[in-house]
Amino acid sequence: MKVELSINGETRSADVEPRKTLLDCLREDFGLTGSHTGCEHGVCGACTVLLDGEPARSCLMFAVQADGYEITTIEGIAPAPGELSVIQDAFCEMHGLQCGYCTPGMVLTATALLRGTPQPTREQIVEAISGNICRCTGYGQIVEAIALAAERLALANAPKAAKR
Amino acid sequence: MLAQDAEARVIAGGQSLVPMLAMRLARPTRLIDILRLPALAGIRDNGDSIVIGATTKQATAERDPQIAAKLPLLAKVFPWVGHPATRRRGTIGGSIAHADPSAEIPLAALTLGADIIVRDANGETTIKSSEFFLGPMVTAIPQGALLTAIRFPVWPQQRLGTGFHEVNARHSDFAFVCAAAQVALDEAGRCSACAIGVGGLGEYPVRLDHAADALVGSDLGDATIADAVATAMAQLDIWGDLHASADYRRRTGGVLARRALSDAREVANKTATARRQ
Repeated sequence: MKVELSINGETRSADVEPRKTLLDCLREDFGLTGSHTGCEHGVCGACTVLLDGEPARSCLMFAVQADGYEITTIEGIAPAPGELSVIQDAFCEMHGLQCGYCTPGMVLTATALLRGTPQPTREQIVEAISGNICRCTGYGQIVEAIALAAERLALANAPKAAKR
Repeated sequence: MLAQDAEARVIAGGQSLVPMLAMRLARPTRLIDILRLPALAGIRDNGDSIVIGATTKQATAERDPQIAAKLPLLAKVFPWVGHPATRRRGTIGGSIAHADPSAEIPLAALTLGADIIVRDANGETTIKSSEFFLGPMVTAIPQGALLTAIRFPVWPQQRLGTGFHEVNARHSDFAFVCAAAQVALDEAGRCSACAIGVGGLGEYPVRLDHAADALVGSDLGDATIADAVATAMAQLDIWGDLHASADYRRRTGGVLARRALSDAREVANKTATARRQ
């Protein structure tokens, strides 16, 4: 079946079997291997993408169900090649990743959270990433990274004096 | 298509069905995607009931002010249903049609006495939630029929309270045991209506109607609740598995049911105090 998907602002098309998940389609047909294959049944969150800005499991839907959505993968998060988004930068700075397997899902989930809730409480951050499993950092630094990113985004347009 | 192919399955949010496909626990011949049929989604307030279309997303219902105001027990279970990311795709009808014995939305529907509306080529039929859940992932939806909506009764009483408790390995994992309760109090603070249900104990969620009947007219004191719940729990068939033994589930089910009822009583009491001020 032919699908036409809007991914990271571009329209891409592929000929896929109806049974192919969106995750496999992103990775195999479009080479977007930043969306990771983890448990393949919706538990781990490694395959998280944004559908119209909201996090969703790309392993729990078929590519043929994804037309009409604005899909954002981790490849669509950085402002320019070789640069990092504020959230990605905060993950590096706070050591919010070790092996990096869960990181794309975490970053996309955090991106959606901070768009809707620019100043989240710790509880809101924890709730937002509760569907994303990390097996190395122990979550502490991930939560701190998201809090730091929120702070930086809030001060991005503030006068210098407010930044101290 | 559904009527012609016994092995076809309906898919909407896919948050329960696709994991079953991935693990080869389900092998349907066809998937019929209903997620974008506009007539199947939406929340309608009929005054004495609220009708939720089958493909209404769990996250949409979770944020809906009518549900928060008029179906407080349903509103209370949403944070326990999967994760934020699965609630954005998962649907109300899908959770009920999937009928996982430990799932929270089926428990809330059963406890509140919701009606399940199904449609086939011959028209619409209503199935009572008390006759709907037949086994683990087995429901009374007839062959070839489609679950289209769920009608939740709205309790008219002013002094309402609800309670929900769950034990699981991690927040949002499958419940080992969960319990939901809704009570109404009269002017004198006595219980005028009561519903209590428990999930995760056996093949499908169950309502403890004998306990609820025993509590109507009482002051919902802790001892009265404990007696009523203990009698009702003793009559249940309870299963055990690797996660939790049958004994553990019976004991914990009783504790959670008592807590859900006493929470509901406290919430109803507070409602009354707030109104007097």
